[in-house]
Amino acid sequence: MRAVGIWLGGGILLLVTLAAIFAPWLTPHDPYAQDLTRRLAVPFWMEGARPEHLFGTDQLGRDYLTRMIYGARVSLMIGAAVVVVSGAIGITLGVLGGFFGGRVDDVVLFLITCRLSIPVVLVALAVVGLLGSSLLLVVTVLGLLLWDRFAVVARATTMQVRNLDYVAAAWAAGASTPRILVSEVLPNILSHLAVVATLEMALAILLEAALSFLGLGVPPPLPSWGLMIAEGRDFMFFSAWVIWIPGIALFTLVLAINLLGDGLRDLRRDPS
Amino acid sequence: MATFLLRRLILAACVALTVLTLAFTLTRLSGDLAISIAGPSATNADVEIIRRAYGLDRPLPEQFIAWVGRAAVGDFGESFFFKARVSTLIFERMPITLTLGLVGLGIALVVSIPLGILAAVREGSLIDRAVQLFAMIGQAMPSFWLGLIMMIFFGLQLGWLPVSGTGSWEHFVMPGIVLAFSAIPALTRLTRSGMIQSLSSDYIRTARAKGLSRFSILFKHALRNAALPVVSIASVQLGFMLGGSIVIETVFALHGVGFLAWESITKNDYPVVQAVVLVLAVIYVVLTLLADLFNAVLDPRLRG
Repeated sequence: MRAVGIWLGGGILLLVTLAAIFAPWLTPHDPYAQDLTRRLAVPFWMEGARPEHLFGTDQLGRDYLTRMIYGARVSLMIGAAVVVVSGAIGITLGVLGGFFGGRVDDVVLFLITCRLSIPVVLVALAVVGLLGSSLLLVVTVLGLLLWDRFAVVARATTMQVRNLDYVAAAWAAGASTPRILVSEVLPNILSHLAVVATLEMALAILLEAALSFLGLGVPPPLPSWGLMIAEGRDFMFFSAWVIWIPGIALFTLVLAINLLGDGLRDLRRDPS
Repeated sequence: MATFLLRRLILAACVALTVLTLAFTLTRLSGDLAISIAGPSATNADVEIIRRAYGLDRPLPEQFIAWVGRAAVGDFGESFFFKARVSTLIFERMPITLTLGLVGLGIALVVSIPLGILAAVREGSLIDRAVQLFAMIGQAMPSFWLGLIMMIFFGLQLGWLPVSGTGSWEHFVMPGIVLAFSAIPALTRLTRSGMIQSLSSDYIRTARAKGLSRFSILFKHALRNAALPVVSIASVQLGFMLGGSIVIETVFALHGVGFLAWESITKNDYPVVQAVVLVLAVIYVVLTLLADLFNAVLDPRLRG
């Protein structure tokens, strides 16, 4: 069962990643090329579909499949970048708090409590709304907001590792504190952090889509799945597929990443 | 207990102060507020007038202290766009957001607790796996998209429910279900793990040995212990849901606090934005404080 999760989740993630990387070679269309004579062409499973537009076209006549593939780039890039930023913040705080305890830990716990009381979507929307939407800003804001789980897990696992023999051995061998943190503690909590990384990546992708859907995420005409759902909203009662396609893609990608993370967690708990 | 209470209160106050600072800083990010308030057609003289009228010409620390002082007594100033007191705006719209949050939480509890119990009782079975898969599906569901799909299906095709607005209880059914999805995964997992833990404990073995019925063991003994963390997490989830309802209120055009926040963000109406951030954060802080106190009352070990 858990192997199924890892293979299925990892497989889908790999496929989407490959599609995103090789986007220009996969499709003959330009994601920005408009053709108003071919607005809202239907996808291949409906009658009257055009063979050159497998998933049809959007309200500006842009090829939908092409925009979906390029949209995967946006989702994955944002997901990965947010994990890097939030991971750097959260792991640093968590390891410091867990390793030193005492006052340092009090400060870390306080920061986590503060972070949790901040409404993420609202603050992210407000920052993007005030500063203007851009890819970089979305990554920065989400990265600065989503580090709490990294910190909580890094802190708890560091506390467990801190008192183990090999850390004591490193002390005895005269290793400096930064050295112990980086080469003894960190490698031993990485497997826990990998699970958090998948969860946060999934969350970041969902949040980016939500922000873009509300018009305060990735700026148009960049293809983002959330933005595509927002643009398709006006046509959804007559051409429902314009929101079905990006929605299912978003759901599948997020589910795949979560499946992978869940499989990794079970694997760590029971390595047999 | 008194020291615990005091410590928790001080922590809550510190958190509130930090969020206060953040909410203030947030609105100063865009640079010169007077220019954005005045709008594109304003002359330099207009901007100057606005700057003085809103006290934006004074140094930032002074503005901050003045704002905190007024916010402490519930005065958040006046909205630029709605031309009304911010506190009145929030107060008027809060019932809709609270209703939505409570309906969402209610649905989430009604779904997650039985599912969690079912999964725990049949741990490792197909049912257990199905429940865990359901939780994972809930976690991966984009709420705004689920809302739109439900509108197409229940609103347009079946015609069962209204697609937007707030006239009757029916208007809250779809948004409530969508919002519930954000809490169902966590609550289901927690009920499941709590039940598994309590079912394997000594007092359940004793209850079994006494020959108590399965029903009484499950619901009278095991659930009572498993329910404690669920109750406290439920209050925290309510806090998250109130913050997250901004997306759902926008989708369903429910004119609650979330919709107000979205409108004011798009209109650069910063007094409203900072007030909503602050109010939602304070509600969250109060809810977690209550959850902690509730737990401490029930479990003296937590009062350390």
